[in-house]
Amino acid sequence: MAFNKIMLIPFLTVIAISAVFGAYLWQVGPGGKDISTLPSAMIDKPVPEFFLPPIEGRKTGLNSNDLKSGVSLVNVWASWCPPCRVEHPFLMKLARDGVVIHGINYRDKPADAERFLRNLGDPYHQIGADITGRVSIDWGIYGYPETFVVDQSGRIRYRHVGPITQDVVDKLIRPLLTRITNK
Amino acid sequence: MIPEIGHYAISLAFIFSLVQGTLPLWGAYKNNSVLISFAAPAARFQFISILVAFLCLTVSFVESDFSVALVAQNSHTLKPLLYKITGVWGNHEGSMLLWILILALFGLMVGEMGRNLPSSLRARVLGIQGLIGVGFIAFLIFTSNPFLRLDPSPLQGSGLNPLLQDPGLAFHPPFLYLGYVGFSMAFSFAIAALIEGRVDPAWARWVRPWTLVAWTSLTIGIALGSWWAYYELGWGGWWFWDPVENASFLPWLLGTALLHSALVLERRDTLKSWTILLSILAFGSSLLGTFLVRSGVLTSVHTFATDPERGVFILLLFLIVLGGGLLLYALRAPLLKSGGVFAPVSREGALVLNNLFLTTAFAVVLLGTLYPLLLDAVGGGKVSVGAPFFNATFVPLMIPLLIACPIGAKMTWKRGDLAGALSRLKVAAAIAVLVIVLSFFLDGDRSILPAIALGIAAWLAVGTCLDLYEKIGFSRLSKAVAFSRLRHLPRSTWGTAVAHFSLGVIVAGITVSSVWQVEKIQVMKPGETIELAGYEVTFNGVSQLQGPNYTSLRGSFGVFKESKKITDLFPEKRDYPAENSTTTEAAIHTNFYSDIYVVLGDPDEKGGWVTRLYYNPLVPWIWGGAILMALGGGLSLSDRRLRIGAPRPAASTSTAKTL
Repeated sequence: MAFNKIMLIPFLTVIAISAVFGAYLWQVGPGGKDISTLPSAMIDKPVPEFFLPPIEGRKTGLNSNDLKSGVSLVNVWASWCPPCRVEHPFLMKLARDGVVIHGINYRDKPADAERFLRNLGDPYHQIGADITGRVSIDWGIYGYPETFVVDQSGRIRYRHVGPITQDVVDKLIRPLLTRITNK
Repeated sequence: MIPEIGHYAISLAFIFSLVQGTLPLWGAYKNNSVLISFAAPAARFQFISILVAFLCLTVSFVESDFSVALVAQNSHTLKPLLYKITGVWGNHEGSMLLWILILALFGLMVGEMGRNLPSSLRARVLGIQGLIGVGFIAFLIFTSNPFLRLDPSPLQGSGLNPLLQDPGLAFHPPFLYLGYVGFSMAFSFAIAALIEGRVDPAWARWVRPWTLVAWTSLTIGIALGSWWAYYELGWGGWWFWDPVENASFLPWLLGTALLHSALVLERRDTLKSWTILLSILAFGSSLLGTFLVRSGVLTSVHTFATDPERGVFILLLFLIVLGGGLLLYALRAPLLKSGGVFAPVSREGALVLNNLFLTTAFAVVLLGTLYPLLLDAVGGGKVSVGAPFFNATFVPLMIPLLIACPIGAKMTWKRGDLAGALSRLKVAAAIAVLVIVLSFFLDGDRSILPAIALGIAAWLAVGTCLDLYEKIGFSRLSKAVAFSRLRHLPRSTWGTAVAHFSLGVIVAGITVSSVWQVEKIQVMKPGETIELAGYEVTFNGVSQLQGPNYTSLRGSFGVFKESKKITDLFPEKRDYPAENSTTTEAAIHTNFYSDIYVVLGDPDEKGGWVTRLYYNPLVPWIWGGAILMALGGGLSLSDRRLRIGAPRPAASTSTAKTL
């Protein structure tokens, strides 16, 4: 019988995909671990050097020196990203409570970003438009949204991948902000 | 009592599916006609018992029998009757029962209508279909039983998700499942053919109607879902590349490829192994969608309440069905003998090109859908690759496919004449160029991409019409002869033409609506008027309204053109107390050429309301095109050749088709 190894590729692909999903279901099962945080090579390192222009309708952009003047959150977002819509109310609440949030707007049409904020509200202190996506690569971004906590000296203290939730705000972000602000 | 009958009926169905999944397969292997003869009755009784179970559940919903846990969790006495009925499949358990009912319906149809199939092939197809049934009925009984009782039973139910209380969404799942489950027929035929080790043009002809039914239903299902997203989510968009939308789009892409490659197999006895692979993968991608929606891997408006146990069960089903099918394919497909040869420039070559683009598009959408999930699975968090990824990868794949479509349709089998085909499409090319030039200079932004997209739309529509015109022979023959040929053109030729024409309509709708949409977001006070793309929209204020199971804030808007009243629009914000949630009901005025779309937002403190007004040109063409496309599928399905099913020699039919 003429057996051809190439014919096994679809089968093996399905096995691989199933294995990954199996691992996923195992993790979210009872006693599974929290998988929304992820160690980053960037933790406790200074933020990368960057300089970004403003988005439409704003005068100031964002650069690495802006992150050295006080404790802040850096949120990487885009108007086309549905999870960014999900986390948006939490950012608004944090901003109302006086937390300084900077935005890196990833590969957006300038008008779309401006409309997103006009429509849903604008929690950001300063926003840099990362139109080419270059700066996001320097930050080591996997996907959108991501949120970083940056201390007074401009070092990254925490990284959250995916939309932030009430739980993340209460248990991680707020305690961390209090800790590093009082230092 | 009634839920117990349902419970009993579904257990009975499990036994019938076991019979259907074992005896006929064994009988076909041993060539034992007694065992083979079990196939059709088992399929019939399996369908009847699942139908009884489904009706029992429906009665429990209509009567608001809250002693049934599922009814208590998903229904409410105040809910309108329509949504009590559609609430049956507005939840995980009930929709799974509908899924199985449709699976059994396809088994029934093969059993009753497939009399012209060789008995061993029919037994094997029904046997595979029975085995799929075993897996899914077991899934229903052991992890998602819809008939579980509550004791004590609550006095009132907790209601159905208000987003689902909508006529568009009520009929979205049945069509979608007809599509998903319909591909199980192609799968069963493919597995049966692999077991028999024989694939021939007759096989392709038997598979074609089932694939057409599935594809047509899936087209309608996707269009309904997108239409619903457009008017119910209130974002003015109609497709979001949401993983669940993609989950329905993936089998559609493969199903479209399968329809085209099965045509080559039917006419030219070649592309066997490839067609078999597509048949397996089309159903496999349907199962992947089922897994994604029901396992809790995804969270979105579509997903049902989740439970890891269900996820594991359905992942195992996915692995057994698709993994098993592909393993059999790897072992047996090399045995299939390849048939006719063809030159690269030919109808076959064009259809292979079509398949390459469609399967690459499938791979791209699959990657974009799974990457965030796989990243999440290895601990990377929930992220989105978003519309930019799909626009940058999917659109460039579609452009050459659409340009090649009318040319391929004009090619002859075996060896085509590219120069001849192009010269007969001169008029279409000229019109396409004219459209590109006109839309480039008429558009204020002078952007080239939308102009090219519109040119492609014109090319598709005009090219398809030219092809029909020539097939009928209006230019060569007398009117009487031409009209008689018009009447006698095979329905499948009409089907192809209508479906290809509709592509042009859809492309035009997508392009114009996304490029020339006008959006106005502002705070309006009662009495204020806003200019919107040549219309004046006046805000008259907001009133309170009481619905059957909700309260509503209803905005009133007048739409005028040159001071003449066009219509009144009443967008709402509804509050459903039983479900403790709110929905946005956009108000839409359509004239089949453009939509005026109004959404009522939140009040500000000073008596004004946030309003969002959209002018969406050509957006109705997207759904009009999808309906036309489904109509093309239906026309093709009604072709005499398919109903008779007896294969004729390829030569005689191909001359009729390429005249």
